[in-house]
Amino acid sequence: MEFLRPATWAEALAAKAEHPDALPIAGGTDVMVELNFDVKRPPFLLDLTRVTELADWAPDGGMLRVGAGVTYSRLISELGDQLPGLAMASRTVGSPQIRNRGTVGGNLGSASPAGDAHPPLLADSEAGAVVEAHSVRGTRFIPISEFYVGVKRSALEPDELIAAYWLRPAAGPQQFSKIGTRNAMVISVTAFAIALHPASRRVGTGFGSAAPTPRRATEAEQFLSDELTASGRWESRAELDPAAVAQFGELVAAAASPIDDVRGTASYRRHALSVMAKRTLVWSWSDFRNARPAPNSRRTA
Amino acid sequence: MNTPMTPSPARSDQRLDAPITGRGWSVRDSGRGSHPDTSQPIARTAGGGSRGPDDVDNTVTRTGLVKATSTRMDQSSHSGKVGESPLRPDGTLKVTGEFAYSSDMWLADMLWGATLRSPHPYACIRSVDLTEAVKLPGVYAVLTHEDVPGENLYGLEHADQPVLAVDVVRYQGEAVAIVAADHPETARRAVEKIVVDYEVLEPLVDPEVAAFGDMADDVPRLHPDGNKGGGPEGQGGGKNIVRHLPIRKGNPEATADVVVHGEYEVGMQDQAFLGPESGLAVPAEDGGVDLYIATQWLHVDQKQLCRVLGMPAAKVRLTLAGVGGAFGAREDLSMQAHACLLALHTGKPVKMSYSREESFFGHVHRHPAKMRYEHGANRDGKLVYVKAQIILDGGAYASSTPAVVANAATLGVGPYKVNNVAIDGYGVYTNNPPCGAMRGFGAVQAAFGYESQMDKLADALGMDPVELRIRNAMAEGISMPTGQVVDSAAPVAELLRRVAAMPLPPEPQQDSYDLRQLPGGVSNTTHGEGVRRGVGIAIGIKNVCFSEGFDDYSTAKVRLEVIGGESVAMVHTAAAEVGQGLVTVQAQIARTELGVERVTIHPIDTQIGSGGSTSASRQTYVTGGAVKAACEKVRGRVLKLAAERLGRPAAALRLDGDKVVSDADGVMAALVDVLHEDVVEETVKWRHRPTHPLDPETGQGNAHVQYAFAAHRAVVDVDVDLGLIRVVQLDCAQDVGKAMNPDAVVGQIHGGSAQGLGLAVMEEIQVTDGKVRNPSFTDYLIPTILDMPPMTVDVLELADPHAPYGLRGVGEPPTISSTPAIVAAIRAATGKDLTRVPVQPHHII
Repeated sequence: MEFLRPATWAEALAAKAEHPDALPIAGGTDVMVELNFDVKRPPFLLDLTRVTELADWAPDGGMLRVGAGVTYSRLISELGDQLPGLAMASRTVGSPQIRNRGTVGGNLGSASPAGDAHPPLLADSEAGAVVEAHSVRGTRFIPISEFYVGVKRSALEPDELIAAYWLRPAAGPQQFSKIGTRNAMVISVTAFAIALHPASRRVGTGFGSAAPTPRRATEAEQFLSDELTASGRWESRAELDPAAVAQFGELVAAAASPIDDVRGTASYRRHALSVMAKRTLVWSWSDFRNARPAPNSRRTA
Repeated sequence: MNTPMTPSPARSDQRLDAPITGRGWSVRDSGRGSHPDTSQPIARTAGGGSRGPDDVDNTVTRTGLVKATSTRMDQSSHSGKVGESPLRPDGTLKVTGEFAYSSDMWLADMLWGATLRSPHPYACIRSVDLTEAVKLPGVYAVLTHEDVPGENLYGLEHADQPVLAVDVVRYQGEAVAIVAADHPETARRAVEKIVVDYEVLEPLVDPEVAAFGDMADDVPRLHPDGNKGGGPEGQGGGKNIVRHLPIRKGNPEATADVVVHGEYEVGMQDQAFLGPESGLAVPAEDGGVDLYIATQWLHVDQKQLCRVLGMPAAKVRLTLAGVGGAFGAREDLSMQAHACLLALHTGKPVKMSYSREESFFGHVHRHPAKMRYEHGANRDGKLVYVKAQIILDGGAYASSTPAVVANAATLGVGPYKVNNVAIDGYGVYTNNPPCGAMRGFGAVQAAFGYESQMDKLADALGMDPVELRIRNAMAEGISMPTGQVVDSAAPVAELLRRVAAMPLPPEPQQDSYDLRQLPGGVSNTTHGEGVRRGVGIAIGIKNVCFSEGFDDYSTAKVRLEVIGGESVAMVHTAAAEVGQGLVTVQAQIARTELGVERVTIHPIDTQIGSGGSTSASRQTYVTGGAVKAACEKVRGRVLKLAAERLGRPAAALRLDGDKVVSDADGVMAALVDVLHEDVVEETVKWRHRPTHPLDPETGQGNAHVQYAFAAHRAVVDVDVDLGLIRVVQLDCAQDVGKAMNPDAVVGQIHGGSAQGLGLAVMEEIQVTDGKVRNPSFTDYLIPTILDMPPMTVDVLELADPHAPYGLRGVGEPPTISSTPAIVAAIRAATGKDLTRVPVQPHHII
């Protein structure tokens, strides 16, 4: 196995073009596990940690462009106010040491259905986040809902690298909730994210570990958006109709196609998704009614 | 990959040609180590201060209660003697990451070993083709069973396990071939190039079918060579039964007012030690081998290795390397024989070090259990009878299954007085992973059964579960289901009362929340919705030391001499320090008995007689007893010397503060002046009082040395909508006879309780069709600091007159009662039956 260490982004893209079978590595929190377990034995490792621009983020045209190499720790500390859902998800990743190394870019690159960052990226806005992929051939902007194409497979071409992802700063409450059978340092049994977008009167969702890919619960989104609009609740900020909350939960569960595996059963995953959907909706709506900003104040550091 | 260099704790007495290991213990400073917290003196009640060892020996003495919430010793009188808490000699090194574990060992010209393991739980081996593996550059040896010079079998109680598979593999992970190469990756690649032609067979994975399946039908006999793999003759029965132990007491026809039935299951727990199996075998000029190894019992390894290698013990020398936890998983051989075979074959040192994944296949696990219980009681709550069937899945090889069966069966009613008992314990062969020793050893499984039953019975009677237990609590003087009369303290009722009386944590706040305090933690699954609190109590019983007539001894050599103008004691044993703190306790005993400050612990090796196993909560008892006895002999000789030189009768003299002291006249002489050039050395082989076999038909007999007890109270919050659990508080009361080192005692109770928590709510090796589904720490979960709650610990010291210093084994009891207490609390919160551990979320919703 060769270890490629490009000093610049251009060198990295050239290397990836020359060696499409090179496996990119940033924090290594996923790649190294796979190497150690002998799951993967790539001919080349492409180390991206020297490419400094990957670790930058900046506002750009009303959106946030976040470099693929920004760590979970920095997402929590630097972007927690603007991207609360993603920050909450980041907080559930591994241990402090892992969060200091791991990146959302890596989560996207692995495209595991269990990746914690995916649900909030899906829920981010009406269309979800956008992945910016580069190659020596040019730049592609891939909508997040088209990014995940199969179990641990993404829409990236073999010569492409993830440069950044784009999200809208939260304009409404966001929540993230994840089931694990341990109270810390646990891979998700299933996870759910919700984002309210009062300006567009839409509700965004995303869930993980309950289908071959991370997914949106589009019918649930549609139902709830319609319900809130039809009942005038975006304006009145009245309490939610319990029947609508229940229906939302059921539709989220129905959107999943989970399996039985070593971490949990399919029926438990569906059930848990409905419970998380209902609870996170109630919390988000409560935040919206109280016109509080997204609930970072609750974050436990 | 680079070969790791070892951070080396340099030792002056290290042989220059020896590999660097972490086995040396310099304890010079341990008696004076500074504690960060010296403000809280130990709290004692009901008896005042601690007593000297001679006061407690041979008398039942209540030395009072150690409040473990304030165990720090008063430093002003700190000398590192028995009853104090000197720092571990290796403590700072471990905390700072400098301690050299067995996997850190390194020699300049060493090779790396790797193991080819069967992917199938059950298969015949048609052929093994080594051609491509041997061709790989850097490969020095590829060995199969044909290269084993001695007997190709090993095993703790019955040698039924091939060192390398011959024509059949009986579990997934069974070793088939081994490789030595100049680089670990090369060794692994060579392993991949070995071609094995398997005829895959249908695995036998149901322990009940294994035990009771019809002999005539297609249930295979996994060990057709009869009792080569079977248990003790006459105790089998079914064709795959390793041991059946019936316990019969009283009237088998007894009837009762209230009867409760229950069926319970315990999943396969892993010891999950943090330092995977590793060791370094170095071929010696005499044709023998020196093995530096992380193990629990050097001499039982040596005995098995001698048979495999066809060598006398003098040529198979073992030295303990730095052990990163054990919990029973290092009692059986893992890579020991493989590394020695490769080293002797290549003439080069060979290191083997398992990965975490391989470790899951490289050691035995806790036996999964299926248990059927029937409890009968009168209306007043008095137990009339207990009937039980306990089936323990031993997996493919016997390991210590017979002894595990004995514990589960003899302790199967728990710490209760029951006059009519019918228990059948079974250990069986299957094609599941081999199971053997793990902390609690059979008593853990049974306790989940009998304590679940006690709660069920309390419910049926409408009684408080603590009251029901106290009403049936065993006590000193009662007769066990084996007929053995309990002849030392058995404070079962008192332990229950103590945990029941401990303050409860505050109720959860209604108006605010901290995610870390809620089920699910920072995963943000609830802000209080669906959370119900439950409280549960349980108590357990464990035998201490080896049972059933086993010749259970330890050997200690103690030397007292003048080195550099100071009197120094050296203690040498072969007893494995696996993290439990025996090295600290040995030095404490030497300081106490010889009145010296400086104590050196000799490297732990087979140059001295056996120390017995570091298991069964026995080392402080047995090796501690041996060290004490050797010290007493040395002291006798020194005082005789002193008597001659000082002209006083030896009986009027004692050793204290590195001086010879007379009670009448104070300090008589410095110890160095009495010793001069003399080296006083004694070696003692020490035994606890004998035990006896159990009658194979009735299970009657004085089989156990000592009983130990711990009780837990668990407070849990359960999210009943999601099935997520947070243990809010886990309190423990345990009798330890004598807290030899109170900090270490409380550490054992914390650790044991955490391991029981793991079994209650998360730890299980999931096995389907004989295959392990989660051999990693991603999916085999052990508790983190956010899962383990604060504990209040009460340590009772009710001396056992038969034991050195009155001590009682500490390590295992807290693992036993922790699990059923937590499950009882979850039942209280959810109203669910919960008959299987670990409890999973989908059991609750």
